[in-house]
Amino acid sequence: MAPAEIRNAIIDILGDIAPDEDLTDLKDEVSFRDQLELDSMDFLDIVMELRKRYRVQVPEEDYPNLDSMHSTVTYLTPKMVDCAAT
Amino acid sequence: MYDTIIIGAGMSGLAAGIRLAHYDQKVCILEKHYTIGGLNSFYRMNGRDYDVGLHAVTNFTAKGAKKGPLARILRQLRFKWEDFALAPQKGSRIAFPDHNLRFDNDLELLRDEVRREFPAHVDEFDRLVAKISDYDDLDQSSFELSGRQILNETISEPLLIEMILCPLMWYGNAAEHDMAWGQFCIMFRSIFLEGFARPYKGVRLILKNLVKRFRSLGGELKLRSGVKTIHVDQRHAVNVELDDGTQLQGKRVLSSAGRLETLRLCSDTSAPDPRTAGQLTFIESISVLDRQPESLGNDDTIVFYNDSEKFHWEKPAEDLCDLRTGVICSPNNYVYPDDQGKLPEGVVRITTIADFDRWNGLNEQEYQLAKLRWYDRSVAASVQFTPDFRSYVIDTDVFTPTTIKRFTWHDNGAVYGAPDKVLDGTTHLNNVFLCGTDQGFVGIIGAMMSGISMANAHCLRD
Repeated sequence: MAPAEIRNAIIDILGDIAPDEDLTDLKDEVSFRDQLELDSMDFLDIVMELRKRYRVQVPEEDYPNLDSMHSTVTYLTPKMVDCAAT
Repeated sequence: MYDTIIIGAGMSGLAAGIRLAHYDQKVCILEKHYTIGGLNSFYRMNGRDYDVGLHAVTNFTAKGAKKGPLARILRQLRFKWEDFALAPQKGSRIAFPDHNLRFDNDLELLRDEVRREFPAHVDEFDRLVAKISDYDDLDQSSFELSGRQILNETISEPLLIEMILCPLMWYGNAAEHDMAWGQFCIMFRSIFLEGFARPYKGVRLILKNLVKRFRSLGGELKLRSGVKTIHVDQRHAVNVELDDGTQLQGKRVLSSAGRLETLRLCSDTSAPDPRTAGQLTFIESISVLDRQPESLGNDDTIVFYNDSEKFHWEKPAEDLCDLRTGVICSPNNYVYPDDQGKLPEGVVRITTIADFDRWNGLNEQEYQLAKLRWYDRSVAASVQFTPDFRSYVIDTDVFTPTTIKRFTWHDNGAVYGAPDKVLDGTTHLNNVFLCGTDQGFVGIIGAMMSGISMANAHCLRD
């Protein structure tokens, strides 16, 4: 998957976790926590959904990489290079 | 081979099941009773629908709220706010002799009422609210502090302390007399800082949505499937044997049966000490009216009453019930949406503290007689605090501690389980975990949160 596709995949996951959020104006550089008020349970969900949908494993020590959209895409790009977009 | 076997199809077990099935686990929920719901179940009698547990869903926050347990569980279970169809309360009341504190889903009303009744103590009340806001949910050591002691240090008016404790103990305190500070904070937030609501169709709407979702994700639900033994080898549960002898294998077990109740199932433990079981159980006297309660001047959603200045939260000392305190719930008094309107019939539910052993010891004839007698006494006690509705009753039912035991399987029919909570949900076995009342969260939203958090912590990380 290319970075733009990974971004779409994350938007899809966020839409599932927080269906009431408007994600069209999401700022890639600002942390999810500040924009969406995600808590630790939600972060676990992002990790779990990545595993369920793309078989990507994110070890617990890497969770800080999922801070913002930008950092998440950067972190996932090498891990998801072989994943097919859905 | 299941990934997870869940014991109990109540709110916590179902919520845990949804979480695990969503993440592609093979999950089976085992329920001993012939219906789902546990404490928060429902039944039908004489053509009418009744709820067992639910007076009010606590922790209510309006649509769009991002914080609080309700928003969290909706996200975790992928439900829309509308799926639970919660209608907020009209307003409730704490009623002591000569003193009333009204409250609703906005803390300001309670604060104004404290100012009206106890003008010299409103600053102390504010200090209490600040302490509660600072309380950290995950801190086991401050959880176990004495709630009464912290209240005594914060508020100098004993009557105000008793009045604040009354609804919080009624809706979630497993221990007699005192309340753990953590439990107090959780209950204070869920009732006074968040609030009460109810779906028009009662608890069955929430349960049906939970079960539908669980099944659509491939989860299996087995009713009339009580667990006889959890077979243990070397601190590890190897399989679960049902009452009918069927053996099921699972990588792990998540039990909402209660702590003592679960330990007793394990093949490696001798009978645990029954004195540590919960003691607080109730009867509920339900009256169906030929008119809406509001037409009698009863606009209260819930009334928590107590007949003296001292609130006694304890097992009855001398009789089947203790009439000094009780709860009056009128499910009509919620603000239902216009397209649903009013409930078709008036209903008043009176909850009274009861003694499990005395109720359990009655023979069938005595039991039926006791139900009639204590219905009359409970209702007579309650109408000191709500407009007398007795002339308008067209049907009644009473459920008792033995009914609650049948639905919950808790020792003593203890509504809120055992006093000692296991916040991390662990047991002496490396693959058996607890969720539900004995893990620490109570109420419908709390129970679901318990199932979700224990599923996340113990069943999803491998």
